[in-house]
Amino acid sequence: MSSWAERLENPVSARLRDPKLTGIAGIVLGVFAAFLAIPPIQARAILWPILVGIIAALFGIWTVTRGRRRLGYGAVATGILGIGLGILATRSSVSNLNAVFDPSLIAQMFVFSTPLTFAAIGGMFSERSGVVNIALEGMMLLGAFWGVYAADKGGSWVVGILAGAGVGALIALVYAFFAINLRTDQIVGGTAVNFLALGITGYFFVQLYHGNYIPQGVSEIPNLRIPGIADLHFLGPAIGDLNIMIWAGFLLVVLSYFVVFKTPVGLRIRACGEHPRAADTVGIDVYKVRYACVVLSGILAGLGGVYLSDGEGSGSGTFVSNMTDGRGFIALAALIFGNWRPAGAFGAALLFGFSSALALRLQVYSASAATLFNVLPYVLTLIAVAGVIGRTVPPAADGKPYKKQ
Amino acid sequence: MTGIDPKSSLPESPEEASETGTLAARISLKQRGGGIVVPALTAVVAFLMGGLVVLATGHNPLLAYHDIFDGAGLNWVFHPTTNLASTAAYNLSQTLLQTTTLILCGLAVAFAFRCGMFNIGGQGQYFVGIIVANWLGVSFASMSPLPHILLCVVAATVAGALWAGIAGFLKATVGAHEVISTIMLNWIAIWVAEWLFGDGGPLQNSSNPSVPVSNDIADSAKLPVFWGQQELQGLHVGLFVALGALVVFYLLLNRTTLGYEVRAVGFNPDAAAYGGINVRKNLIRAMAISGAFAGLAGALDMLGYLYHEGQNDIPVSSVGFLGIAVALLGRNTAVGTGLAALLFGALLFGTTHGLNSTVIQPELAGNLTYIIQGLIVLFVGADVLILYLWNSRRKLRRSRPPLPAREPA
Repeated sequence: MSSWAERLENPVSARLRDPKLTGIAGIVLGVFAAFLAIPPIQARAILWPILVGIIAALFGIWTVTRGRRRLGYGAVATGILGIGLGILATRSSVSNLNAVFDPSLIAQMFVFSTPLTFAAIGGMFSERSGVVNIALEGMMLLGAFWGVYAADKGGSWVVGILAGAGVGALIALVYAFFAINLRTDQIVGGTAVNFLALGITGYFFVQLYHGNYIPQGVSEIPNLRIPGIADLHFLGPAIGDLNIMIWAGFLLVVLSYFVVFKTPVGLRIRACGEHPRAADTVGIDVYKVRYACVVLSGILAGLGGVYLSDGEGSGSGTFVSNMTDGRGFIALAALIFGNWRPAGAFGAALLFGFSSALALRLQVYSASAATLFNVLPYVLTLIAVAGVIGRTVPPAADGKPYKKQ
Repeated sequence: MTGIDPKSSLPESPEEASETGTLAARISLKQRGGGIVVPALTAVVAFLMGGLVVLATGHNPLLAYHDIFDGAGLNWVFHPTTNLASTAAYNLSQTLLQTTTLILCGLAVAFAFRCGMFNIGGQGQYFVGIIVANWLGVSFASMSPLPHILLCVVAATVAGALWAGIAGFLKATVGAHEVISTIMLNWIAIWVAEWLFGDGGPLQNSSNPSVPVSNDIADSAKLPVFWGQQELQGLHVGLFVALGALVVFYLLLNRTTLGYEVRAVGFNPDAAAYGGINVRKNLIRAMAISGAFAGLAGALDMLGYLYHEGQNDIPVSSVGFLGIAVALLGRNTAVGTGLAALLFGALLFGTTHGLNSTVIQPELAGNLTYIIQGLIVLFVGADVLILYLWNSRRKLRRSRPPLPAREPA
């Protein structure tokens, strides 16, 4: 440990002197402190979380004194939280800990985070181009119902995926027409789409399935079993047998990062979201870009919905009325929490997915506490928009209708 | 009111209309562009499109709407009676019960709108009201009725105001968008309510720990029922409170300094600030007043007919969100909100519990309500479209030479 601290004190390169690095290291250590007593490490002595947590807090203080106040305080807070959770974990029974923290928790985190990832990345495209999308919830819900319907009637999950994406695109097209051409207030329009989706899916679920359930044996989106990894001790249950949509989600994050930040197309999208007048002046068709982005957001949110109903989201090949149950809004929260960036949104989706997976398992301790645990994503996002730890800043023209001259 | 002929400031084109900044300014333009005609048309179009869905799925839309009309008890006007043995009278009393809630939830959205903010958090503020009213209603069982009711109602209203005030405070201080913060506050309130009333929660009932439902409030906290019986979900005096709230809303906005400042900030915050109005204070204040309406709605529901709240009832409730449609359809005015609340109250009850139909099942019709609601919100929001049609009609009339022989049919 001391050699690492020395290296920070006497850095080999100028880059290491950046207090940002210490702050991040402090946060990582703080999180680590909470996980010391948990499988696979299972350090049962109470000393370890305290020690690591204190080091994390010290890193934080060092960062604060070097001018990075928010990051530093964040690291201090994480360190203290890490000590608390770590101590709790060492005092909990081993069997309970094993029930909560087995490697499949990681797989379950991905199960919960993937619909959020798809919708949040979709929302990012829309909002980066300047159209607020609080209709993600509705787009997801429509994708979920029509996706599983198509998979049922079409006999193949591929049809389901196509239908989910298609219906997402269709409702997004309607939304785009109102938001872009008619310059409807985008919050009002988005709210309308959410109501419509709730009504349409509920209506046709009753009409087509009598509101009961989708019959058994619907073609489901399959898992991808990776031969080498699936049999490994820890990695196997964690990532060896994940749904193909989860892998598609990873790919989507990487791809969208490159598209948005490394290509001319991405530059155009961001220009429309930051300063549409300027974009228009240099010959970018703002309407066309915004249309494309909103439709893309509908497609992605629809895919997230199909994963929910026909993947392994909340049971395979099923649908229940109002199935998304606020997931579209969690995706929106992830997008904001991740500061309108693909990696940030993905990270936030993972965090929220992890908290959902954990909430499900915390029921071995207390059903009541597990329920309350669900507020975490929303509280974190509220703190993020309040600017306590690093303000989030939306694109400048986000939500502002643009009028061509 | 401003001394200027309202017609002279009507925009000539939709383009001009959309240039005028804030939401409230656009809404006020809408109000001038058509009065009650536009919202009425919006509702008619939404009902027509809903009817098309019904038709397309093989049901007779006319019969379906007729049954919903009866289910809401609106046929009561043909045979008025106070005897609740009559189905029409009973259904009407239940529709008015829903209307009570929706008036207040609509006002919660409308008041913030008039200050240029979108309070999408009515649902959360409503639940905060429910929680506080239930908690205080169950406790203090030895109090005498009037103080107990007042305590519950005031505390729940204040709690709703504080909950919404968080969003107003965040907007005023750090500029956090109220839509984002109220969405987050909604879900926080919903999950906290599920925790409180759920298994092992602090407000779960004391008699049967396997049922995730709260205790019933004490008899002393129950609102008096003036039509029907307390045990049969009769109509409680909260209806008059809600109607009073409409009057308060109107007077507060149009006849007080507070209302003037709120509206000024809604039209143009920069101009208001230039005129010496404290914009931040008004943002917080408007949001808090909005939340107070929703909190009051929760209190009246709890004390008026719910008496307890179950964990499973929480995700199903949507009155706070319906408030958005009510306010938008009612053009954020007192009278409009009252009428829109009646419409949605009738839809809410007429398509579900009140519906007794061979044409359309309540499960279908209940979802039809959401479809109609969505369409109404969608079209009401499209003010530019409406203004465009409205103005082209005006232009058509103006450009036409006043020849009596060429008067259009």
